[in-house]
Amino acid sequence: MNNSRRSFLKVAGLSVFALSSGVAGLANAAQVAPGRYERGANALHAKRWAMVIDTRAFKSAEEYKPIIEACHSFHNVPKIPGKQEVKWMWLDNYDHAFPDDLSEHQKPSLLQAQFPLLCNHCTNPPCVRVCPTQATYKMEDGIVAMDYHRCIGCRFCMAGCPYGARSFNFVDPRKYLSDPVPNPTFPTRMIGVVEKCTFCAERLAVGKMPACVEASGGRILFGDLDDPSSSVRKALADNFSIRRKPNLGTQPGVYYLI
Amino acid sequence: MYNAKAVIVGIIIFAGIFSAPFWVNFNGTRDYKRPELELPKTPNEKACIESAEFMRANHMTLLNEWRDQALRNENRVYVASDGKKWTISLQNTCMKCHDNYAEFCDKCHVTNNVDPYCWTCHILPKGNK
Repeated sequence: MNNSRRSFLKVAGLSVFALSSGVAGLANAAQVAPGRYERGANALHAKRWAMVIDTRAFKSAEEYKPIIEACHSFHNVPKIPGKQEVKWMWLDNYDHAFPDDLSEHQKPSLLQAQFPLLCNHCTNPPCVRVCPTQATYKMEDGIVAMDYHRCIGCRFCMAGCPYGARSFNFVDPRKYLSDPVPNPTFPTRMIGVVEKCTFCAERLAVGKMPACVEASGGRILFGDLDDPSSSVRKALADNFSIRRKPNLGTQPGVYYLI
Repeated sequence: MYNAKAVIVGIIIFAGIFSAPFWVNFNGTRDYKRPELELPKTPNEKACIESAEFMRANHMTLLNEWRDQALRNENRVYVASDGKKWTISLQNTCMKCHDNYAEFCDKCHVTNNVDPYCWTCHILPKGNK
């Protein structure tokens, strides 16, 4: 009796193992295409992309406008007035940008300045944790990216993001874009999806710096935070920098020199 | 069994109605005419990335795979089975040649009652709506 139970368990265990490894094997062999995939030859690589914005080099809020415009026109971001606005990069005052009170008595020029805000591409992104469909995810190079195909418009990520960096398409964005769209090589979004800054992953893939960095004329730096000789690391080593809401532990990838 | 006659007749009628779609469409493929596609008139390339048979059967899964590879793994180049390299982009690679949406894509999609919503986000080449 004992013997037969023992042999039954042996067979059962072996068959479960065989079946499950077979299923795992099938899952690995899911690729349909007969070719293979590789990275672009000109693509820029980093272990952790980060941005350093030298706010000291900007004299007024007006100087940020062309940079925001460069981003929005490259990514076909519509101009929708009111609460349904869609923004990848925007301006806000010191109190809203840095509510963790550093000091009430900073220099007036700082307290009255406008700051360019965008997705912080956090090391611990809350939006990624709450997304039920993995439409937003963190890539190997630290970029918090989005796959609009998978977005179901639940807006958990908007609730999760402590920086207000995400916008929901309440209406069809094409209605608010010129025809043809500003950049016909880049898609628009559709009604019912959330969107945000992508750190220009699509530009990095072809060897270009992000649109805002290019438009800033050296006042916004972009590079690898893991590389001690990168421009961003040098700027951070030589200057005092702050990040937005550091006490939340999200570890933002956007630094402000003040 | 009570009312055996009525029950059996009922079962037969139910089975008949239930399987009606199969009977109605039994010779459905005979009436089906494969739509005539207009191939790219001024192609920038000699051939599509893979064979026509493969593309006809698998272009949708291939596009899904392209999307996941490009967006999630940063693999934005596809090396076809003949070794030629292609930039992964529906809008900037596929549509460069296949620029006649109505006469190429839509011909099959409409015939087969498929309604992909690629173009709510991706931009169709000029002259298509």
